Amino acid sequence: MIFLQVIVGGLLLGAIYALFSSGLTLIWGMMNFINFAHGEFVMLGMYVALLVVLYLGGGPVGFSAAAALALFVLGVAIYVALIRHVVRGPMLSQILSTFGLALLLRYSAFFIFSANFVSLPQTSLSGTLDLGGIFLPLAQLVAGAVAITLTIGLHLLLTHTIVGSRLLAVAEDRSAAMLMGIRPDRMQALAWGLSAGAAGIAGALLAIAYPWSPTVGETFGLIAFVTVALGGFGSVLGSLYAGLIIGLIEATSAFWLGAIYKDIVVYGLFVAVLWFRPQGLMGKA
Amino acid sequence: MKYLLSARVGVCLLAALLLLFPLVFSDPFYQDIAVAFTLAAISASAWNIVGGYAGQVSVGHSMFFGLGAYAPLLFYTLFGWPPLVGIPIGILLSIALAGLIGLPTLRLSGHYFSMATIAVAELIRIFFGTWALVGGAIGLQGPAVARGWWDLTFRSDLPYYYIFLAVLGLLLFVTYEVQRRRFGYYLRAIKASERAARSLGVPVRLTKLKALALSATFTSAAGSLYAIKTGFIDPDSGFGILVSVQMLIVAALGGAGTLFGPLVGALILVPLQTAANTWFGGSGSGLTFILYGGIIVLIARFEPGGLFDFWRRLSPLIRRRVHAA
Repeated sequence: MIFLQVIVGGLLLGAIYALFSSGLTLIWGMMNFINFAHGEFVMLGMYVALLVVLYLGGGPVGFSAAAALALFVLGVAIYVALIRHVVRGPMLSQILSTFGLALLLRYSAFFIFSANFVSLPQTSLSGTLDLGGIFLPLAQLVAGAVAITLTIGLHLLLTHTIVGSRLLAVAEDRSAAMLMGIRPDRMQALAWGLSAGAAGIAGALLAIAYPWSPTVGETFGLIAFVTVALGGFGSVLGSLYAGLIIGLIEATSAFWLGAIYKDIVVYGLFVAVLWFRPQGLMGKA
Repeated sequence: MKYLLSARVGVCLLAALLLLFPLVFSDPFYQDIAVAFTLAAISASAWNIVGGYAGQVSVGHSMFFGLGAYAPLLFYTLFGWPPLVGIPIGILLSIALAGLIGLPTLRLSGHYFSMATIAVAELIRIFFGTWALVGGAIGLQGPAVARGWWDLTFRSDLPYYYIFLAVLGLLLFVTYEVQRRRFGYYLRAIKASERAARSLGVPVRLTKLKALALSATFTSAAGSLYAIKTGFIDPDSGFGILVSVQMLIVAALGGAGTLFGPLVGALILVPLQTAANTWFGGSGSGLTFILYGGIIVLIARFEPGGLFDFWRRLSPLIRRRVHAA
């Protein structure tokens, strides 16, 4: 029974991994660009949730929406001010730009909020649910369910709406899309907004259930890499599966081997994927 | 001919300046900065071979730095061997690791390689933190009191400075030789376009692998020197992501893929870092890293070629102004 609980807990955390990783994979698929600051977006989402709860009040719906909106705006701003210019430059400056951004955001949070762990005050989602012997904190359950819904929602947005078609058209062929009357710059700005927004809301969902400190961004960023590599670069559905798999692997390896070894297993999996199947589970070769 | 002469004079002047610096500024504070400068210049120049010339942006070079740093202290702790013996062992391990990492990851191009190197460095960092033999999260210590010169444990910074400077000189000579040989042309061809290079008959994977191994050799040596000088190493100061980032930013600031770029980058960044640490009260507040991040973003946005490129665009303008006057 404990093992079943470990599995369900892992899947619920994996659902949140899937949500923020789908943001990273969207950017990669759109413009062949890896955002090294993606984990920092998740971390900022957590602090936005905290600030909203402390100063404005409001329930989980309020602060999650606030985190998504704040990060959406930040994502668009970063695209307009920085990314738009460096994508045309050499690869070194592409990597440096988001890497520098990650340091800037991480240590700004460090400076403002200090290195201490914080957690959200009690919300309406406190309490535990008893599912026939499996005890689950209500917060984790709701966060996981919302994360899965949003990830599927993002997938549907890309595959079943006009905006999604426009985004995919720019990803496919920038100049052909331009000839069809689509503005690539706007679509890419939108993609950055969606990507950061997904990370922000994932951060708010994580904040409901787990404590955090400014350096969590590094861990989440690496987890997002592993998820995207496993799921296939550019595939939202792939990152949904991969996120759930990684949550599961993390939880079971922490259960069997001990908590400190779970990262070794996850990064080892990453190296193995890059070695044997660089295109990932769902990626095109 | 005239250009060659002036370049040679410039190099001699630079060498004289570096050799005489600690004799003129004998204050331990300045000598400490000078040692930090040589170390940063060695690591960044080593990174430059694969990251700058070949354009394979590794963000996990701390894996070689860390192996190099652990080897001397590990064999000292286990068997009492002088740290000097650990340096070549660290280099051999690093070359082996470069082969192991390079074979699969160098097939991947661009961002994949960067991500893979980060993941491997993190994997090793976490692994060393849990491995009791290498001291776990606490790390290892070197000899407290020297048993002889071969322990390379000195009270003063001066001997370290000249040893590090010699290694830096050797590395710059090797880089100079690389860039004027066929191998160097291969590297730049791969950087410009891998597909074009391959179609012209450049053995792309072998060349990249060789560059990674050469780079790993000197990065590992830099790690060994750091550990011997500090007399202490732990997973974060050996394999931490900031160790890799420092190499990247130093090289990129001066100009990645140029001979003296990393040197110039270290010349600017190391004093700046010391100043930031002094003014802002240590690295505990994180302001130093905010500064780092800001500099990196600004270079990427406005001067992707680094200061070297900036100077190359600026110098004809100045010369014209001088001639006109």
